[in-house]
Formats: sequence, structure tokens, C-alpha cells
Amino acid sequence: MGRTLAEKIWDAHVVRSAEGEPDLLYIDLHLLHEVTSPQAFDGLRAANRKVRRPDLTIATEDHNVPTTGITGPGVPLTGPDSPVTDPVSRTQVEALRKNCAEFGVRLHPMGDADQGIVHVIGPQLGLTQPGLTIVCGDSHTSTHGALGALAFGIGTSEVEHVLATQTLPQARPKTMAITVDGMLPEGVTAKDLILAIIAKIGTGGGQGYVLEYRGSAIRSLTMAGRLTVCNMSIEAGARAGLVAPDEVTFAYLEGRPHAPSGAAWEAALDYWRTLPTDTDASFDHEVVLDAATLTPYVTWGTNPGQALPLASSVPDPDSFADPAARAAAERALAYMDLKPGTALRDVAVDTVFVGSCTNGRIEDLRAAAAVLQGRHVAPSVRMLVVPGSMAVRAQAEREGLDAIFTAAGADWRSAGCSMCLGMNPDKLSPGERSASTSNRNFEGRQGKGGRTHLVSPEVAAATAVTGHLAAPADL
Amino acid sequence: MEPFVTHVGRAVPLRRSNVDTDQIIPAEYLKQVSRTGFGKGLFAAWREDPSFVLNQPQYEGATILVAGKDFGTGSSREHAVWALTDYGFRAVIAPRFGDIFRGNSTKAGLLPVVLPEATVAALQDAVEAEPATELVVDLDNRVVTAEAAGIEASFDIDDYTRWRLLEGLDDIGLTLRHVDDITAFEHSRPAFLPVTA
Repeated sequence: MGRTLAEKIWDAHVVRSAEGEPDLLYIDLHLLHEVTSPQAFDGLRAANRKVRRPDLTIATEDHNVPTTGITGPGVPLTGPDSPVTDPVSRTQVEALRKNCAEFGVRLHPMGDADQGIVHVIGPQLGLTQPGLTIVCGDSHTSTHGALGALAFGIGTSEVEHVLATQTLPQARPKTMAITVDGMLPEGVTAKDLILAIIAKIGTGGGQGYVLEYRGSAIRSLTMAGRLTVCNMSIEAGARAGLVAPDEVTFAYLEGRPHAPSGAAWEAALDYWRTLPTDTDASFDHEVVLDAATLTPYVTWGTNPGQALPLASSVPDPDSFADPAARAAAERALAYMDLKPGTALRDVAVDTVFVGSCTNGRIEDLRAAAAVLQGRHVAPSVRMLVVPGSMAVRAQAEREGLDAIFTAAGADWRSAGCSMCLGMNPDKLSPGERSASTSNRNFEGRQGKGGRTHLVSPEVAAATAVTGHLAAPADL
Repeated sequence: MEPFVTHVGRAVPLRRSNVDTDQIIPAEYLKQVSRTGFGKGLFAAWREDPSFVLNQPQYEGATILVAGKDFGTGSSREHAVWALTDYGFRAVIAPRFGDIFRGNSTKAGLLPVVLPEATVAALQDAVEAEPATELVVDLDNRVVTAEAAGIEASFDIDDYTRWRLLEGLDDIGLTLRHVDDITAFEHSRPAFLPVTA
């Protein structure tokens, strides 16, 4: 009996297995950020423990840092020139710096050339590789599955556990194949694909599973597209999502700072080629989608499963047979201030956000810039373009994308989680409505009282131009 | 971690599905570097509405939350669990939980109890009809009872997690008993694997 990709990675990392206990899994790479780590370091100190493998650990500042006023490496955290004005935020960032210094963990602070969103810098540095187990105190750790790594989000108690032991006790998950065959039509992106998948299986559909995205439409995606798809696995309830490593993966990795080189590269390649799911393996559950039927998707509600094609209208809650879904739709429409039957294209927005671990890579910025080239953001709209990392920012500037954004009237920022989560200065105000390339449209996610429509970078840019939800083809 | 054996308490019915961890505790409350004091951020946006269930005096002092399907989806923030326990909750009953939230709960002494939707609805009905209804959450015997309402429902939880909760055991201490296995595993790791240093 063959094994799936997820099962192969799992089996290769079992340190200890005993009847009636979860497997003890070895963790190859542990990513840290300022928000979910301070209490874990406190726990280590209280128990007089150290970080077992600082050489398998890396930290960045992303969630709680501003995206303006970052003047470069060494930008001060304290004093009048600090871009961090909130003293509580400053304390949290300071705590990460002190903890990393004390425990010997590599840190990319604000302003550093390699600073950025934790899920953008892992792949970019070549640390994210096929076959690895990767964890981070952040649910979007599923992103790294795009390179064929088993990567999942954990809580702070588990962060402490990994720091202390480099392992995690984990129950073996079930496996689900999500097969997407066919060609994505012109103008349909990886973001539309994952929104359609979540709408199909629901926000709880993936709970207890590791998802493996398969089929010709997935194989045809660039690495950026695969990262977008895997990123939102958690929005379908799955802790991890995977794409089997292939030539796209190897070409992406080769030459990156932490990718193996020389003989080690050949040894790694030999191993990576053994990882894809065997032809006689079976999944616990299978879902099939036809790529050719997809169109640009947008969310209308307050969870990522409440999504529809842009060409449709706000649904009538009475159209939902399930009473819980009906109640959720009623609540969502009240929160979103939307009326059933309104064409989604008629929904006007105040803010457009391009960025996040979902869509903050160079390819996403190129896609948004291509739409904005020679056009202007509508006067009623403010647009933020926030690169996922300082390296993405530098690359975009080399390509002149910043000039396109600025000429179009958008705000060009430094790297960070920014308006994805309403924790740093980039927020929606109560009642404001956004088109956002991020991953969550929960109530208040982008700021208390804010209303979020999740979209692709292309739809975000077109929406910025027209002032209401739109696709580039509408321009 | 404080052991969890049997808990007796009154309950709050939260008739909402898909309660994500951003609702349980919004991001603006995640800036603290301590593990305590998060109760003030619990359901912060919803609590601004005077009619929200946690603001209703008949549920004051309740220690069990009875919620809709897919409770604790979204962000991995363990602060959501800390907010619930800091506020005084010891157990959450729902038809289904977000995976990460459920795992975080069992690390922090908050018991997630999965019961069928109909049973959860019956418990919510019972508590709404009589807010003084006492629920008994018995982890030892894996059963929830609301005697006054005639409800008795058994629930599943794996033996290992149940044992850890009953004993209040620290996972790290348990794992470190196997440190030799970890060291042996490390010696077998291929040389091409990446390091951050």
C-alpha cells in the first residue's frame, strides 16, 4: 500500500511512537514572531530550560510593527525617532529582541533587509524546503506546504514545547485530496481558486485533515500561486495544506541562501523526488474541482467560506437550507451592511489593501501594478500596498513597481502584516469597507467595526480604480 | 496546569456558529507579554452590546460556555484560551472546534467538549429556560449531565489527552522523559537539511 506525501513526511519525523499516545514528531524548522512567543520564553526561564536547537529557529518582527517610518537597518525601537509609537507594542517587540539575544536565536528586526512576514521570509530565504516539518505560532504556517513541507500553526504552549524539545506530540491527521484539473481561465488566480475551494468544503470542512492540492491546475501554478493556495488551508479548517514538490519547486529553491548546494543539493533532490504521493496511496477524503468553471471570487460575509463569484449578487439568507448557515448569513449581512440581491459589483469600498502572507509576494505586486499602470485610484479610495518582506520591497523598487503604485495614488509601505489583522497602526475605522488581498474577513479583523471583502490582487487593483468591487476586465 | 476532573457550574448559551478566535479576543488585545489579564478582552466587541449574552445578569458567574458549531476557528492565538479561563470559564461545549483552538485548550486546562448539535441545542434551551441550571462536566467518566433538564450525554476524548488533563501534567516534562530518543533521532537527520545559524 502506497503512502501519501503527508504520510511520508510524518513517518520520517516520528521520534517515538507508543500505543495510546500521540506520536512525538521532530520539528525541522521553528519560526517565531513577537506576538505568540513572549509567554513561551517566560515559560523556559521559569523552568530553567534553554532553546534546544537555536540553529533550527528563526525570528522576525511582523505582526505588531508599523509599515511607515522604517528608515532602514537599525531603525530605533525607542526614543523620538522610533516608528513604534504605542508603548505596549514597543514592549512586545523589545521582549522578542531580548529573548532572541538571551537564547541565541537569529532575529530579523524592523528595517533589516531580510525582515518580513514570517511566511514570506521562510520560502524566500530557502529555509522552507520539501519534506520538512515546520511550525510557527501562527495559523498561516500552512503557507509553507506549497514547497511540500508539512507545516502547521501552533499555540504558545506548543511554541514553548518546541523551543525546549524541538519536538511536538501530535495525533496523526487524516488526509484529504483536493484535485483541481483543467486550466484556470484568463483572469482567474490562485486566490480565486482557494476561495472557491473554501466555499465548497466550508470553514470546518478540513478540520482534522491535512489537505493535499493536486491536479493539473495546481501543477500549473507558480510557486507564488501555490503559496497563496496553501496559505488559506486553515480557512477551510485544515492545519496544513501541501503541494507535492516538482520542477517548479526545485527551480524556485535553487540558489536561495539556505538551499543546499553542490553535492548536498543532489542528495536533497534525490530525497525530494521520493516524496510525492504514491499512485496506489489512498486518501481519507477526496474533493474534485474543475478549474475551467472558476471565475474571480469575492467574499460577501464574515467568514472566508462566505464567498461567491464577483458576477453574482449578495445572497438571500432564506436561500440557505441549514438553519445555522441561515443565521450566520443574516448576522453577516447585518454586520457587513449588505442587502440581499445587491450585485457584488455595486458594492463600494473605502480602502484597498494589497499585501499579507496570502498575497504579499513580488508576483502579487506585479499583478496589481499591471492593472494600475496608467490608471489612478478612485478619489474615494485609499490604497495601501504593503510588500510581504523588505526583500520583496527592494525587488519591486528595482522593477519600478513602487513608481506605478505611487503615480496611481496608492501608499507604498514597508514590510509587515499591516492591515491583515488590525494589530498595528494600519487598520480600518468602524464602518469602513475594504477590498483586501488578505485571508480573513472576520468581524473586526482589519479593525473594530471594519468590513472586509477578500479578493485577489488583480481584483483589488481594479476595485481601487473603480471604487467598487471590480475585475480588471471591467476597466 | 490545573487538573480537570469534574466541574460543576452554570452555563452561558452562545447561539452562534463559526466563532473565530478574532471574536474571542481581538488582535488589539494580543500585545501583552504576560499570560494573565486577557479576560478583559474576551468577546470585547460583542460585549459592547448590552444585550450580548455575557452581559445578561442571569448568566453572571457561569463557568461553562455552550456554543455553536466550529468554535475557535481561525488564528492560532492561545490568548483566546487564556481569555476564556481568565474570565472564569473551565469548559466549552460545542458540536465542533477549530483544531488549533482545541489543542491549545487542552494545554491550558480548558476542557473542549464535543457533543452532537442536537444535544448542544438542548443544553442551550435548558439554560435559557432556567439559567440556574447546573451542568456537571465529568471528564473522568466522559459525560455531561444537566440533571434538572434530564440531559445526560457522553462525549469522546482520547485517552492520552484525558489523562493529561486529569493529572494536570506538563507536556514538556512528559516529552523530556524521552530526551535520549530525541538525541538519537537528531543523529540520524540528513546533512542536507537547513540550519538558520
